[in-house]
Amino acid sequence: MASSDFSLPDVGEGLTEAEIVAWKVKPGDTVEMNQILVEIETAKSLVELPSPFAGTVTALLVEEGQTVEVGTAIISVSSEGGVPTTPAEEATQVADAAASVTAPEEKSGAVLVGYGIAGHGVSRRRGANAAPAANPGAPAAKPRPASVPAAAASAIIAKPPIRKLAKDLGVELADVLATGLAGEITRDDVVRQASQASVFRNIQTPEWGTEREERIPVKGVRKAIASAMVQSAFTAPHVSVFVDIDATRTMEFVKRLKNSTDFAGVRVSPLLIIAKAVIWAVRRNPTVNSTWTEKEIIVRHYVNLGIAAATPRGLIVPNVKDAQELSLLDLAKSLEQLTITARDGRTQPSEMAGGTVTITNIGSYGMDTGTPIINPGEAAIVALGSIRQKPWVVDGQVLPRYVTTVGASFDHRIVDGDVASRFVADLASVLEEPALLLD
Amino acid sequence: MSYTAATVQLLTTEGTLVTSDATAEYLPYIEKLSDDQLRDFHRQMVVIRRFDLDAANLQRQGQLAMWIPSLGQEAAQVGSGFAAKPQDHIFPSYREHVIARIRGVDLMRIIEMLRGLSHGGWDPKEHNNFHLYTLVLGSQTLHATGYAMGVQLDGATATGNPDTDEAVIVYFGDGSTSQGDVSESLVFAASYQTPQVFFLQNNQWAISVPVARQSRTPLYLRPGGFGIPGVQIDGNDVLASYAVTTANLDTARSGGGPGFIEALTYRMGAHTTSDDPTKYRDAVELEFWTKADPITRYEKFLRSRGEGDAFFADVEAEASDLTADIRRRTLALGGVPVSDMFDNVYSEPHPLMDAERTWLENYEASFEGGPA
Repeated sequence: MASSDFSLPDVGEGLTEAEIVAWKVKPGDTVEMNQILVEIETAKSLVELPSPFAGTVTALLVEEGQTVEVGTAIISVSSEGGVPTTPAEEATQVADAAASVTAPEEKSGAVLVGYGIAGHGVSRRRGANAAPAANPGAPAAKPRPASVPAAAASAIIAKPPIRKLAKDLGVELADVLATGLAGEITRDDVVRQASQASVFRNIQTPEWGTEREERIPVKGVRKAIASAMVQSAFTAPHVSVFVDIDATRTMEFVKRLKNSTDFAGVRVSPLLIIAKAVIWAVRRNPTVNSTWTEKEIIVRHYVNLGIAAATPRGLIVPNVKDAQELSLLDLAKSLEQLTITARDGRTQPSEMAGGTVTITNIGSYGMDTGTPIINPGEAAIVALGSIRQKPWVVDGQVLPRYVTTVGASFDHRIVDGDVASRFVADLASVLEEPALLLD
Repeated sequence: MSYTAATVQLLTTEGTLVTSDATAEYLPYIEKLSDDQLRDFHRQMVVIRRFDLDAANLQRQGQLAMWIPSLGQEAAQVGSGFAAKPQDHIFPSYREHVIARIRGVDLMRIIEMLRGLSHGGWDPKEHNNFHLYTLVLGSQTLHATGYAMGVQLDGATATGNPDTDEAVIVYFGDGSTSQGDVSESLVFAASYQTPQVFFLQNNQWAISVPVARQSRTPLYLRPGGFGIPGVQIDGNDVLASYAVTTANLDTARSGGGPGFIEALTYRMGAHTTSDDPTKYRDAVELEFWTKADPITRYEKFLRSRGEGDAFFADVEAEASDLTADIRRRTLALGGVPVSDMFDNVYSEPHPLMDAERTWLENYEASFEGGPA
């Protein structure tokens, strides 16, 4: 009884790898010629592979969720006494390109035709004089996050490369806010969703690695993120401005609010004042509250106020919808609720989608200031530094005052220095004199 | 996406003949067909569908670089393919597998081409004037028009002898109509009144672009602007395809000038094995065209004429034999020696080719274990 392996073919034109999405058979199953064995996903599409053999499945060689290169044996089938339908040696010429990328454990002459894989093969072959230590070994199968089920994906409009990107970045397409034509999910949408979940992460200090150096291949997810980030960095030219502020009156105002009966039981902090200040300053400088598209600038006449929030899973940016409609009390309640929800890890994707401008409260980490990175899809982000007593010159005298630094970054495609400065100056004036909010 | 009042249909989806003023012109062509000819229509459609499905499987099994399915378009192709006379020249697109078969091209030539072993090299002269597949969209319409002008210059048409007068038929799709080539051919065909039929298989999709995006006008009306009469047919009706093509070819052959046929059909599968139609098409459309399937209705028609199970079983057996044979021969195919890429660049030995061949051999030999 002969056993034959079926190697992953290039089902598109020039594809080099595919993910095993779902096996339709299991070891011991009897399969017929052309019976569907497995569903795979390539950069282009979901594809079902029909069996080239009739026989009994002896082993599934690749697990679901793994991505393997074209030419990797994925299933073994033993034929039932008959002539193996695997082609014989006469096919090896064509198999050359594929065989050279096939893992060493490959058992039978895989016949694969296709494009573009020979280059990989050549690069993987060792030169005759190379030391054994240089052997890169078998290409390792890369584990991937759980895939989007094929059925669920059908209702979502996204091109296959975008679907692949989403999968690589661990983004559920169902969670992504689509900004494309007719509700299509664009690359930016996916990147934004991914970056909102993973701009920063809480860090624990691990032990030193046992090796002196570690080489992490730049490929797969890492490569996709890197290229997305580089693209992002080159897409939105950041300009940042900073200003030191005497926030003493803000601190007094916060103290009075804490003591007022209206705000009893509600958490009040300087963040509330800066939040209200941002909304006010946006109204006076609307272009900072906008989105750049290649064709137009979309200026939002509402504020979905994003708050960068530290969570056990990393930093996320949920936003308060239509914050411009809220009273100071309601805004305080909303901010508190948002923070609690985020800290508990219960923030829903919809709460992170659609932000128009963002505040990051790096002061809560004791930092004076920093250059914040704009939340993709927005044009401005404000960083509130720590508020501490420092020496400050008032009327020619050095006095202890509550001093802070407000920094902000802007997308220079939309916001020029004058508007950026006016916006930050407006924030500064509110922190210096919260009574301006009565405007 | 569906049929219009202008669509010529001779056979309903229920398999009954349409007798009306609109069909009176074409029905006589059907009445002249023998029972064997009528049976052959079915035989070709069924066999090619099975071949087509198995070729797609072979691609998924790593045997072919790609496959270009003809699933669903069998009637448009079989009917028009049989309408061409032996002396006529056929310029296919790249999906007309059954016409290749009808004209005597071994289907392995197509398999080999899509495996990457050949450029499709069959000699049209030795294959009943079935010209090469053209993968560049629409180019073949220029080839065909040029050839038809040559036929005129040779005096090989419009002599009044329908058994020797030549005509040309060219196949293209709705996507190609957006190519300049097609419009240019229409200009020349009209100017020189070439003996030519433009056969458009409107399968509704240019890969992922629907035909409605490409043309605000029904495509059979477009040639009117060039001075070429156009007619729209139900492309899933093999009898309409045969009769209307025959009528157009007869006109072309007798010096009546070019004609244009838009066959409404549907690409039931992918554009090629490289794309995934579920990403851009909806199920409603597929359901409509499934009901309009060309083979189902034609089988009803034949059965209503008294054709028995034995015939249909025979056709199935032929289809099984053919696909088994194709699979066996495909699995036995080798590859192309690498040296081939140098051998056919120049007709004579060439020092540069020799140098490059030697370089590659040395490079391959430099790897551990020798040439792969």
